[in-house]
Amino acid sequence: MEKNNKVIQVEGLTKLFGDFAAVNAITFDVEKGEIFGFLGANGAGKTTAMKMLIGISNPTSGKAKVAGFDVFTQAEDIKKNIGYMSQKFALYDDLTVRENITFFGGIYGLSRKRIKEKSTVLINELGLEKVANTLVGALPLGWKQKLSFSVSLLHDPKIVFLDEPTGGVDPITRRQFWEMIYKAANQGITVFVTTHYMDEAEYCDRVSIMVNGKIEALDTPKKLKEQFNAKNMNDVFLKLARG
Amino acid sequence: MKTILYIIQKEFKQIFRNKGMLPIIFVLPLLQLVILSNAATFEVKNIKFGYIDNDHTTTSRALIEKFNASTYFDVLTDFSSEGFAKSAMLKGEIDVVLDIPNYFERDLQKEKHNSLGITINAIDGAAAGVENIYVNEIVQNFNQHLKVDLLPLSNQQIQPINIDTIPLFWYNETLNYKTFMVPGILVLLVSMITLFLSGMNIVREKEIGTLEQINVTPIKKSQFIIGKLFPFWVIGMGLLTVGLLLARLIFNVPMLGSLVLMYLYTSIYILVILGIGLFISNFTDTQQQAMFIAWFFVVIFILMSGLFTPIESMPGWAQMVTEFNPIKYYVEVMRMVMLKGSGFTDILPQLIKTVLYAIVMNGLAVWSYKKTN
Repeated sequence: MEKNNKVIQVEGLTKLFGDFAAVNAITFDVEKGEIFGFLGANGAGKTTAMKMLIGISNPTSGKAKVAGFDVFTQAEDIKKNIGYMSQKFALYDDLTVRENITFFGGIYGLSRKRIKEKSTVLINELGLEKVANTLVGALPLGWKQKLSFSVSLLHDPKIVFLDEPTGGVDPITRRQFWEMIYKAANQGITVFVTTHYMDEAEYCDRVSIMVNGKIEALDTPKKLKEQFNAKNMNDVFLKLARG
Repeated sequence: MKTILYIIQKEFKQIFRNKGMLPIIFVLPLLQLVILSNAATFEVKNIKFGYIDNDHTTTSRALIEKFNASTYFDVLTDFSSEGFAKSAMLKGEIDVVLDIPNYFERDLQKEKHNSLGITINAIDGAAAGVENIYVNEIVQNFNQHLKVDLLPLSNQQIQPINIDTIPLFWYNETLNYKTFMVPGILVLLVSMITLFLSGMNIVREKEIGTLEQINVTPIKKSQFIIGKLFPFWVIGMGLLTVGLLLARLIFNVPMLGSLVLMYLYTSIYILVILGIGLFISNFTDTQQQAMFIAWFFVVIFILMSGLFTPIESMPGWAQMVTEFNPIKYYVEVMRMVMLKGSGFTDILPQLIKTVLYAIVMNGLAVWSYKKTN
């Protein structure tokens, strides 16, 4: 039972680029339904670590299981069970909102009927009825990000990986975005999120902080603040990242 | 299978939505077909001709008149001295100078033979060779007449054997170069467009970051590649169709062979080119790099295809290289089928090689596309 609850299990995961260890033997677990904050300065190795977990980058050594599948041998099985939203907006700018949903739904093997239902629900929830047939490239960044998050949830994944989903987005949209994250987590989807906004770190169930390829701290925001004797996550981060 | 359909649908939407791209795909190649087929001629015509007549006799004038009457020679300039002729050639005003020496008529009558000086601008060696043949033909023609006029008896006495070669040209009886060029240029267009489009396609998705999003989906590599290739395959076949129509309607190129055979061969041939394109796409990170590499191959493939210069006259090593040139096979097949009416068994060697090539290139394309790095 306990094993089933751990949807991500990482042990000594390492990625070397030549002599440089971008990710240096990291170990952690993520529980089902958890919002797991993955923090670190630019270049600390967050994105590299995430790319190994989603099966698009081969680890050098270590062990990792995502949704019960091994990242070395079962990357394609992992991909059926996860959603991913990259740092860079990665829907097709020259397709409409509806066409993007249809395309990604199709790629994940959803039936035509299911895609139609999903599109309607999703477009209504995001309030994009008026722009459903507008090219995505013409939408404001905040809308694009919310759309991309929804698209990454299309196939009802067990875990969703968000790489700096709120970068460059206004505070109101950020708030709405986090409401969407909470909603997903309430439905039992595990959320693995990287961010640079320390207020967002406070919203996470647990937070890990990476420094130079290693995880230097991992706990709930409350305990981290106690441990580092800081009044907010920003201080915790500064104390760690500055060394 | 359904997944492939979704990709194909998406690719077509993107192609037809790109307003700048459609004319590039269809209009420009056809313009090229019309322009190149008319301009890329091997015929040497309108040769800029000059002469220095030091003799000023009826004979010399009659010789010059021969050149004047020829349709190949143009602009008859009379130079008073060699110096003027030389400077005119340096300026590029003339390409051929005929130097008629002093006492040309007298020596010809006395000694029965004489030599003329010819200077030819040979920067374009092939054209110079042709010009040389034309000049010789006219001069010899003139000389024979002269001999016949002057020495009817001796001509019979010596050896009245007159061997005339009567050339008989098969398949392109009138030696119309357009008939020869149009199938070749059609080949070139189909190849270039499909190679560039496929070469740029995946790398473009890499650049805009959507490929990463595709790579985190459970899609199979072969599904993705087939879905990506199919639209370009259709475009290639569409280009062939429009090109064949133009060849028939504008250039009146004979189509002796079976259209079905042409389409069958092209359908496999395009797979080779698309495979090469995707292979390039997989090994490059930007569209710019992909474009340069695609150009590199296109230039070599075209110049070594037998389209402009015969493969038979290439050095041995180059002929070996052409064995790996898909465009060479396509040029051969199109010319054979269109102009000679060759059938399935005639083109079987080319067909088999092309099928093998297609399997290898697409195998490499699928292999080199990596979802996990």
